[in-house]
Amino acid sequence: MELNVVDLSRLQFAMTALYHFLFVPLTIGLSILLATMETVYVMTGREVWKRMVKFWGTLFGINFVLGVATGLTMEFQFGMNWAYFSQYVGDVFGAPLAIEGLMAFFLEATFVGLFFFGWDRLSKRQHLAATWAVAIGTNLSALWILIANGWMQHPIGAAFNPDTMRMEVISFYNVLFNPVAQAKFVHTVSAGYVTASMFVLGISAWYMLKGRHIAIAKRSMAIASAFGFASALSVVVLGDESGYEANLNQKMKLATIEAMWDTEPAPASFNVVAWADMEKRENVFAIEVPYVMGLIATRSLDTVIPGIKDLVSRTKDRIRQGAIAWDALQKIRQDPVNVSPDVRETFLQNENSLGYAYLLLPFTDNPMEATTAQVDAAAWSTVPEVMPMFYAFRIMVACGFFFILMTAIFFYYSSSGKLDSLRDKRRWLLHVAVWSIPLPWIACEMGWFVAEYGRQPWIIESMLPTSAGVSNLSVTEVLLTLAGFVALYSTLLVIEITLMIKYIKIGPEDGENPDTVQAAFRQPAPTAASVPAE
Amino acid sequence: MILYEMIDYSVLKMIWWLLLGVLLIAFAVMDGFDMGVGAMLPFVAETDIERRVVINTIGPTWEGNQVWFILGGGAIFAAWPPLYAISFSGFYLAMFVVLAAMILRPVSFKYRSKRPDPSWRSAWDWALFTGSFVPALVFGVAVGNVLLGVPFSLDNDLRMTYEGSFFGLFSPFSLLCGLLSVAMLVAHGSVWLVMRTTGDIAMRARRFGTVAAGLGIVLFSLGGYLVASGYVEGFRITSEIDPNMAANPLAKQAITEGGAWMYNYTVHPILWLAPGLGFLGLFGTLVLLQTRLEKLIFLFSKLAVFGIISTVGVSMFPFILPSSIQPDASLTVWDASSSHRTLFNMLVVTLIFLPIILVYTAWVYKVLWGKVDEETIERDNHTAY
Repeated sequence: MELNVVDLSRLQFAMTALYHFLFVPLTIGLSILLATMETVYVMTGREVWKRMVKFWGTLFGINFVLGVATGLTMEFQFGMNWAYFSQYVGDVFGAPLAIEGLMAFFLEATFVGLFFFGWDRLSKRQHLAATWAVAIGTNLSALWILIANGWMQHPIGAAFNPDTMRMEVISFYNVLFNPVAQAKFVHTVSAGYVTASMFVLGISAWYMLKGRHIAIAKRSMAIASAFGFASALSVVVLGDESGYEANLNQKMKLATIEAMWDTEPAPASFNVVAWADMEKRENVFAIEVPYVMGLIATRSLDTVIPGIKDLVSRTKDRIRQGAIAWDALQKIRQDPVNVSPDVRETFLQNENSLGYAYLLLPFTDNPMEATTAQVDAAAWSTVPEVMPMFYAFRIMVACGFFFILMTAIFFYYSSSGKLDSLRDKRRWLLHVAVWSIPLPWIACEMGWFVAEYGRQPWIIESMLPTSAGVSNLSVTEVLLTLAGFVALYSTLLVIEITLMIKYIKIGPEDGENPDTVQAAFRQPAPTAASVPAE
Repeated sequence: MILYEMIDYSVLKMIWWLLLGVLLIAFAVMDGFDMGVGAMLPFVAETDIERRVVINTIGPTWEGNQVWFILGGGAIFAAWPPLYAISFSGFYLAMFVVLAAMILRPVSFKYRSKRPDPSWRSAWDWALFTGSFVPALVFGVAVGNVLLGVPFSLDNDLRMTYEGSFFGLFSPFSLLCGLLSVAMLVAHGSVWLVMRTTGDIAMRARRFGTVAAGLGIVLFSLGGYLVASGYVEGFRITSEIDPNMAANPLAKQAITEGGAWMYNYTVHPILWLAPGLGFLGLFGTLVLLQTRLEKLIFLFSKLAVFGIISTVGVSMFPFILPSSIQPDASLTVWDASSSHRTLFNMLVVTLIFLPIILVYTAWVYKVLWGKVDEETIERDNHTAY
């Protein structure tokens, strides 16, 4: 396979985003759990809750900085690798990113210093306020990022302006209250809450198995299982909402998740297992459950969900229409002042399909003269690989149901005061909780993949293809930075996980005592003698 | 809704040019002393405890300061999309170097104290140095390149082609700007250390600051001379330009011309205040560092940052990113902004949130204020970095 800038840039974006998303869900969820624990501390005055906040806070900190560090790249790489995208939609897309900084990230980053360093300088209530500021800032941050992302999935409230050669806001309100963004926000932060809950649950279970820090482990489990259970339900319900929204606006995404080549009579069946052949454009085999898909995606018995082949043939019409818009745009750009009003009118009538004309550019220089075969090829290029979509989605959903089950079981044991019995009778449940710790991360990454890979080949759904959004860079440049990011991020991830495990092993109470920390690393502390004096 | 038409498009462009300056200066002032401190760390402090003292003067607040950088990126994206697109893709590898270095910073602060062994800590000290020194240098080099003009061209669809190379960024003039940036931030950082530490560290910081401020004066004068003498050519718009026009960088004509960066001073002599304040700030820092007037020195080092960055802005106005190979495609205040509506909306949001940010940031600094010394580190051993 020949390397090209588009694929390498996509790979780099996916890599940096997936790494970033290893740290973000835990930050989102754990910040809320910390604030909740500290609220209990301030209300009851019991020291054990403060120790919990400090212990989980230490792990929060180790994770948090990598979220911040990898987030730096996210803010700038649109300009670096996706310059034409940035120029094309900055008028709309830049605003939520800037507001995220102003409203959310400043709050989070300013108060996180007080969270760690303010214990002795603030009253109990002031410190609690600082912790809540971190939690609220973190969650608001997710809101604005998902408003930006939601707009890429469902670009409403904006129109293309031929004189500035870009999309411009016509309704800021519609951009902010985009239903796709709202559904995504709640789905994503809930996923973060589940991630943090499963993390706290798993580590607490490990302490229970080891017979250490029982008081803290039990209280942590109680909070994590209650919070996690509610959140896991919310993830699935709001995930369903996302599926519903996807059917309204990203039908191809839904069809590939389903490996649904042909339109079925309503209500469509749900493929539990399938193997798709992209060449033959059919499923080699599939196990179907009747009606379920139609019910989930349309919430009705008689609305038809279009299959991939029907969607592709609809796309062909839009490509033809887009070519007319593209042609008119060329004329406007040649002479914006004297161009005839008819040309502008033609453009306005076909403007909605302009993005589809760009799909032809890899095949021909002049979309107006595209052959049937070229239109055909361009239309089929709108179908993402079916199998990765199909299975990523199913892994995510399976994890989601598993989280509901796990958190429900632990919620039952904690609310009926039987957590201690797990240490004697059902130790395997504790083992399962420990081994489940990585699962939320797998689910989150799969979710990102389904949302973003499923949007391909569009960088802005139906408006701008990913291949048109890229910067004019050389393959060597992108390869260099890709290798650099992979090396840097991987090194930092290894260090992070090592530290995380170390500090989990040190545990809550003793983590306060520097002597234990020293012992844990079996290294002598730097003494006056071992460090050269000036 | 026509609320946004309350303010003229040209006025909004002007306001956003000023806000761009405010954000860059705020970043340089707030994150600047963090970078200056980080760049001095291995030299101004020698033992582990000394280094912890230095790190803990900025430890609780660097995170908030760094958001000025993030916000700068976001605000440029929102208000000046072509600037965001062209500068970051043009300076691609330089941006990567800056990001990689800056990524090391958060991690160094947090992870350094997590293990006691000296080799671990020393490695993070150098990571922190890299994460501070390299961005300080590259930001200056980037500004130098902007003054020189950046080799980019735009086609009719506003798709950008960049003709330069990574090593081409490091010309003598841009390196001079890079060194000026480092000197300015080291002077600023050293004043911070003088305010927040005691004893040997404060004494060494005074020495670093004195040298840096002196070097800053020399470099700022030399840079000014190179621009005024026409060694560095400026840019000038030669066609009519309507400040209320829709943003289209290709609708005007511009040329390169020796001494063009001095025109604004001829027309508006009051603008000499900008370089004047830069020099005043540097001289004040240099002189006052020899005294005990700690808070007053900080005022002057902030003034230096303000004056130097403002000088770049007012010299170039209305240019924000000139093109050396296709001057007509240069980005200016009048033709490279977001739409009227977006500029208005973002102004409203900024006017609401910026004051709030300033209030809580000031409160957090007040809570955390005080000298850091070896005793305070030992007392807070397990919470301090």
